[in-house]
Amino acid sequence: MFRFFVSRLLQALLAIFVAVSVVFVLTRVTGDPVLLFLPQDVAPRDIEEFRQRLGFDRPVYEQYLRFLWDALQGDFGMSLRFREPAFNLVLARVPNTLRLGLCALIVTALLSIPLGIVAAVHRGKFIDRLVITIVSIGQAVPGFWLGLILIWMFSVRLGWLPTSGRGEGAEAWKHYILPTLTLTAFSASRIARVTRTSILEVLRLDYIRTANSKGLAPAKVLSKHVLKNASIPIITVFGLDAGALLGGAVVAETIFAWPGMGRYLVDALLSRDFPIVIVGVLLTSALYLSINLIVDVAYAWLDPRIKVA
Amino acid sequence: MSTSARSSATTSSQPRSRRRIRLRISDITGIAGLLVIACLVLAAIFAPQLTSFDPELVDFNKFLQPPGTDGHILGTDTLGRDVLTRIVFGSRVTLIVGFLSVVFSALFGCTLGLIAGYFGGWLDILITRITDIQLSFPFILLALTISALFGDGLWNVTLSLAIAGWPVYVRVVRGGVLTVKEREFTTAAKSLGSGSGRILLRHILPNVIGSIVVVATLQVSQFIIAEATVSFLGFGVQPPTPAWGTMLSEGRTYLYVAWWVTVFPGLALVLTALSMNLIGDWLRDRLDPTLQN
Repeated sequence: MFRFFVSRLLQALLAIFVAVSVVFVLTRVTGDPVLLFLPQDVAPRDIEEFRQRLGFDRPVYEQYLRFLWDALQGDFGMSLRFREPAFNLVLARVPNTLRLGLCALIVTALLSIPLGIVAAVHRGKFIDRLVITIVSIGQAVPGFWLGLILIWMFSVRLGWLPTSGRGEGAEAWKHYILPTLTLTAFSASRIARVTRTSILEVLRLDYIRTANSKGLAPAKVLSKHVLKNASIPIITVFGLDAGALLGGAVVAETIFAWPGMGRYLVDALLSRDFPIVIVGVLLTSALYLSINLIVDVAYAWLDPRIKVA
Repeated sequence: MSTSARSSATTSSQPRSRRRIRLRISDITGIAGLLVIACLVLAAIFAPQLTSFDPELVDFNKFLQPPGTDGHILGTDTLGRDVLTRIVFGSRVTLIVGFLSVVFSALFGCTLGLIAGYFGGWLDILITRITDIQLSFPFILLALTISALFGDGLWNVTLSLAIAGWPVYVRVVRGGVLTVKEREFTTAAKSLGSGSGRILLRHILPNVIGSIVVVATLQVSQFIIAEATVSFLGFGVQPPTPAWGTMLSEGRTYLYVAWWVTVFPGLALVLTALSMNLIGDWLRDRLDPTLQN
């Protein structure tokens, strides 16, 4: 168990290192951002000086080594726009991303698993077809468009809910509803589908027939025998989506002007604020990978067969 | 004769009949999806013949007209351009980027998967490691970051999506290769003196092509949405080129006064992605029972 954990941890660290390195090199190779941050009529000599001060005039490998050296000491450079340490700026946005992600995760679980169970139990009936239809559409709807449609319906036409921001005080919960729904749609659809299929798979098995034929109440068969054995694939997909929900709510945050890490990363990409981009990628992937790590470990703990692999 | 053979196959096992009913449903939805995509392809090819409006002609006298006025079936956008015309022309970007990026990522991923599975050794370890690392990041974040750093434009998005999407194929192909590598027909071909290239292309690839086609079809849908998302966020395809993602980002500002500019391109997007998913599910039922969901 411990060795399994350590090898996974090392793998995750390697992944983060590679990601940050690739992004660093890409940011340097695709042209330096100096001109974007200076006024149009600036003298060439000043540009050169600015470039030198930021170290953009050095060869890429040298910049990279310097970056690694500084990063190891916790220094990820200053934001080019705000002249403040990039790491702190991004870190300050993480709690907001987690808040929204957690909401989405809970709603996803509450929505998708019951839907999947209902569909599987009533296989082939109207309600099953209905769930499949909803789920198929849910998987085809782009998150950003769903967000816009929700704003149009509930903010513009009905005027029930706010369009953007995080809100303050007693009304703050209203700000969570639309972004949460936007985030939930895709993963809830996917998990509902997986739940339905894995339950159908278990329902076919011999021990379920035995349980039914010895006269157990259907509800008991479902809760005691079916759900437990159908849970592994559900947990897998859930874990994958948990990472995406908590770590990469880029689209929903941008549409709803949610002050989280994802939106900050998009803004930084648009304005080529490279230190922020690099820290954004670092923290997003760290979050995503830690959640996957937790899922992996939980998984090995739930199913002893997995530990071997 | 064929009828009797079929009926004996049907009666031989009871679940068979149930399976046939299920298949028929996925056949219908799959063919429906195929028809939608076929219409879309035709619309993209014959776009100039289908509409009398110019997709890029700005006319400030006609801005934000609601659907149905002056022959604008779906209304006009903020610059007075016909929304339907722009959707029809925008399908070109959607289809080109959607299909081309999948072709690139499949070619690259399958080649690596074949190499890793067939040759094994350090090549296998290296390829699998890189694949694992890349698969441990959310796809849309990768696609977004790469295309933001590559710069705008249709070809850069295509390339970015391909770079973000190839690892899936390595997984599928490598797994498939490992299962057929030791089968009799492969060892037989080898003992008859066939070279690695011939074995890979003639004996192993045909056995995994079904899974590849299924994965690729579903990926087209994913990539079409990803392209629209990337363009919507301000990277990728830029205005005034008609593309669904950029139309949505332009329409977003006018959501309060003109819903049609936002609603219709999105519906086109949903219909296209849904159709590709239905085709994918259909192909999976037909070509690859092992992937059955």
